[in-house]
Amino acid sequence: MELQKIQYDNKIVKAFIIATVIFGIVGMTVGLLISIQLFYPIFNFDLQYTSYGRIRPLHTNAVIFAFVGNAMFAGVYYSLQRLLKARMLNDTLSWVHFWGWQLIILAAAITLPLGITTSKEYSELEWPIDIAIALVWVVFGWNMIGTIIKRREKHMYVAVWFYIATFITVAVLHIVNSFEMPVTLFKSYSFYAGVQDALVQWWYGHNAVAFFLTTPFLGLMYYFLPKAANRPVYSYRLSIVHFWSLIFIYIWAGPHHLLYTALPGWAQSLGVVFSIMLIAPSWGGMLNGLLTLRGAWDRVREDAVLKFMVVAVTAYGMATLEGPLLSLKNVNAIAHFTDWIVAHVHVGGLGWNGFLIFGIFYWMVPRMWNTKLYSPQLANVHFWLGTLGIIFYALPMYTAGVVQSLMWKEFNPDGFLTYQNFLETTTKILPLYMLRSFGGFLYLVGVFIMAYNLVKTAYAGKFIANEEVEVAPLIKTSNTGGGWHHALESKPVLFTTLALIAILIGGVIELVPTFLIKSNIPTIATVKPYTPLELHGRDIYIREGCVGCHSQMVRPFRSEVQRYDPKGGEYSKAGEYVYDHPHLWGSKRTGPDLQRTGGKYADSWHFRHMLAPTEVSTGSIMPAYPWLYEQVIDKSETPGKISALRTVGVPYEEGYEQTANDDLDAQAKKITEGLKVEGYEIQNEAEIVALIAYLQRLGTDIKIKTEVAEQKP
Amino acid sequence: MYKNILQNIDNIAIWPTISFVIFFSFFTLLLWWVIKVDKKYVDEMGQIPLSDGNEKNPSDNLTHLL
Repeated sequence: MELQKIQYDNKIVKAFIIATVIFGIVGMTVGLLISIQLFYPIFNFDLQYTSYGRIRPLHTNAVIFAFVGNAMFAGVYYSLQRLLKARMLNDTLSWVHFWGWQLIILAAAITLPLGITTSKEYSELEWPIDIAIALVWVVFGWNMIGTIIKRREKHMYVAVWFYIATFITVAVLHIVNSFEMPVTLFKSYSFYAGVQDALVQWWYGHNAVAFFLTTPFLGLMYYFLPKAANRPVYSYRLSIVHFWSLIFIYIWAGPHHLLYTALPGWAQSLGVVFSIMLIAPSWGGMLNGLLTLRGAWDRVREDAVLKFMVVAVTAYGMATLEGPLLSLKNVNAIAHFTDWIVAHVHVGGLGWNGFLIFGIFYWMVPRMWNTKLYSPQLANVHFWLGTLGIIFYALPMYTAGVVQSLMWKEFNPDGFLTYQNFLETTTKILPLYMLRSFGGFLYLVGVFIMAYNLVKTAYAGKFIANEEVEVAPLIKTSNTGGGWHHALESKPVLFTTLALIAILIGGVIELVPTFLIKSNIPTIATVKPYTPLELHGRDIYIREGCVGCHSQMVRPFRSEVQRYDPKGGEYSKAGEYVYDHPHLWGSKRTGPDLQRTGGKYADSWHFRHMLAPTEVSTGSIMPAYPWLYEQVIDKSETPGKISALRTVGVPYEEGYEQTANDDLDAQAKKITEGLKVEGYEIQNEAEIVALIAYLQRLGTDIKIKTEVAEQKP
Repeated sequence: MYKNILQNIDNIAIWPTISFVIFFSFFTLLLWWVIKVDKKYVDEMGQIPLSDGNEKNPSDNLTHLL
């Protein structure tokens, strides 16, 4: 048989590696900064572009999509070519993918600090960038599937299946979750409202973790771990079961992010059951990874690559056991909204993704530059710094989460909350926040050391831009004992379609019933759309990222009802959110829930509080928002906002957009006049006025009891 | 609540049944195949990452030097 000479493209891999290291450092540095802001609010710099609410999404987007994303592409482009014995389909497509992705990251880095955000977690980027993401993603998929079609390897190794599932699922998730109604170039409203928006968002959010942070990296594990250990995967059979069960089950588990919320109970239960089921494939995969090292454990002691990989796979196992446990309602009741969740995601992010990336890079770079690693000792130092970093990050956060949650729930013998002031529970855990920053700092130092080590390695070697190999051409042969599954593997398009069906079933069964709830079921007659001024206020709330620290979801617990609505006694109901495009339920309470904040404090309290939080609440860690007092709302956008919301189903009367600004002026005037009486002068159009209007409206509709009584169902 | 939502869809009762049938048959088929599959094929598949045309790279076996 005549061998063909082909060249693997290493240049594109190199570009993605460089981008990974740079954005890893940037994203983690921003992470370190926001962690410090939580105990030294002065590091918000009183500047809107650096305040916590705006740059927290910058951190999450940078580490997920820039650091982990670029690393994923580096690993996929490296392994895919070698697994298929084919160069990527088209170099131009590879480079369009690379530069397109970097431009998207750049756009995120500019828009997020400017407050241009949809506020939907891990999907904050506004609609023009969403479209760009979809296009670049299609380029990636096209390039990948095209390469698979022209491969010279008869079989499609399991890693390739994970890459296919990643491509197809992320595409579906991104498109469905990004349905939004543009108002301006930089502002849109989610197509979905309230409960539906929350369900779609967490169907997306959960599966973004599954199919952006997990499946591609499992594919990378199945390629790079055998390479580094120089032995085949422990059980190829197990990897097949791992793949199909993981993609079948993962997609159902999203609602576990919404336990005890206003989401229908059946959807919550569905999420719990499938989350528990996920332990099986996840641990199957983890054991398959670890057992691949059987007989090679002596090498793990010396080889930094294997060390990183072992800790990564172990972290995967820990996070995927912890996730299902957190989705049990009784555990979730304690853990949700606390730093426990922050610890959980960082075990996954720092341990699983980070360490697997480091292991892979220490393995790839010397090979691509045809040399030895510059310093194995430094790689070991990096390993220990990273490991200590994870421990110093996670342990304080677990403690903080449990301590704070128990404080939230503690009653004294008289039946009152022991810690009535939320702030008490926050200041209690500040020392733990400091320890967490120390952990993050150690981890970041490790990344700097890696960057140095990799650069020195590259300078010591000679880069192989096109790695030439000789491979046998693909000869069409009959089935070699693989049966129907093998037939499936030989048809990548059919395989992709089946993977798509597998992930769609769960999504459809979860989402369709909730879509079919008419947005006024269950009706609360007194819940009305926001006034134009409140709408502007809500958009400021979204812009400033308030949702990063404040939930709007009082769960049906005595401790929460008593804390957040001691007089009314109302927990949050689904019907209260029917006009919320997007929902702002939040996932973390660094500050108190705000769902019942309307009418709780005077306008003047909010006025003073937003200007200087510590003067109103001693020891508060909330940033100050001085710019809200200088900037004015853009009233010319009011009609557009009203029309856009009407299009997505908010019942503003036809033509209301023409008169909306009159209502806005009247409401603003009332607030400013009230403030003036108390000695605070502010112009009607100031942003703070709109924000106060919104905060005072929050959760008050349900309290208009008389009307509810009249409108019997 | 549960009924309110689901009554809006025609033949909703068939949905869980269909999904169960799909799940059950797919995984039965998959497990059956995984158990019965030719060992030679499985070994061959497991070897793919190790025989990816990269062997000629002289620096391939560097890990022990780390």
